[in-house]
Amino acid sequence: MSALLERLAEARKAGDVGRLAEAIPYARWMQIAPENGTGELLTRMRFHDELIGNTFLPAIHGGTLGAMLEMAAIFHLLWETETETVPKIVNITVDYLRSARPMDVIACAKVTKQGRRMVNVFAEAWQDDRSKPVATANAHFLVKSDADAPPSL
Amino acid sequence: MAKDDRIALFQQWFSDAIPHNKALGLKVIGVRQGFASMELGWREEFVGNPETGVLAGGPLTAMLDGCCGMAVATMLKKPEPFATLDLRIDYVRPADPGKPVIAEAECYRITRSVAFTRAVAHHGDAKDPIAAAAGTFMLGTKGKATRPAMADKK
Repeated sequence: MSALLERLAEARKAGDVGRLAEAIPYARWMQIAPENGTGELLTRMRFHDELIGNTFLPAIHGGTLGAMLEMAAIFHLLWETETETVPKIVNITVDYLRSARPMDVIACAKVTKQGRRMVNVFAEAWQDDRSKPVATANAHFLVKSDADAPPSL
Repeated sequence: MAKDDRIALFQQWFSDAIPHNKALGLKVIGVRQGFASMELGWREEFVGNPETGVLAGGPLTAMLDGCCGMAVATMLKKPEPFATLDLRIDYVRPADPGKPVIAEAECYRITRSVAFTRAVAHHGDAKDPIAAAAGTFMLGTKGKATRPAMADKK
């Protein structure tokens, strides 16, 4: 069993989803972590200066918004679905709706369609006003173990 | 402008002056009108799965966004601010642990309001991609153009 799935079992036992991020070096580096203090699973990217993509506005780099939406989808799949493998991302489409200001970004995700092998997930990110999303994404993940499956996690 | 000067100029504009690109250590390795290329070194903190050492999707997303944006900048007639409208990434295969990743982006069409780009990420052979991307950019957005107009400076 992967370290991440072991971490998932520990996190479930403790009721603290935040522990999931500790097993992912990129999430730690980016200060992206899931939280469920309000009863709803959210993913937060803590603002730090290295997230800036436009120093004039200033605004957060679009790539980091795509990255945190992807992480939000993964945390959602791990926490809210009965996944036995770490989901593997196949593709993601990110729509940029507003420039993101230098403050925390919060995202939630939901499964649009759960198939046997493939899951379609929608994720949405906002800052201080949830009704004004800064970016949304749709992503596909393979959730059945497959040695030949694509990338990342 | 000589090729090396052009690369140095774009390195300054698209990596050194953009904090997140700088944090990733993005290195500009190629630029000409309608084309941009960057390299991302492998680092432990970019890893998604520590057991395999495979990169997370995030660093590739940020790199491809930056590289597509740089390809747009090479097509501008005059400097103007622009912003990513959407970005699609297909993760074709896992990145090899420990290897640097190269991104190559092309801006194949630019109109008054929108620029269209496509890109691939690979380990040195573009025919064996790790990821493929398509991005569109909105031109004339808020802010200040800190980017060069390549079409003027052939």
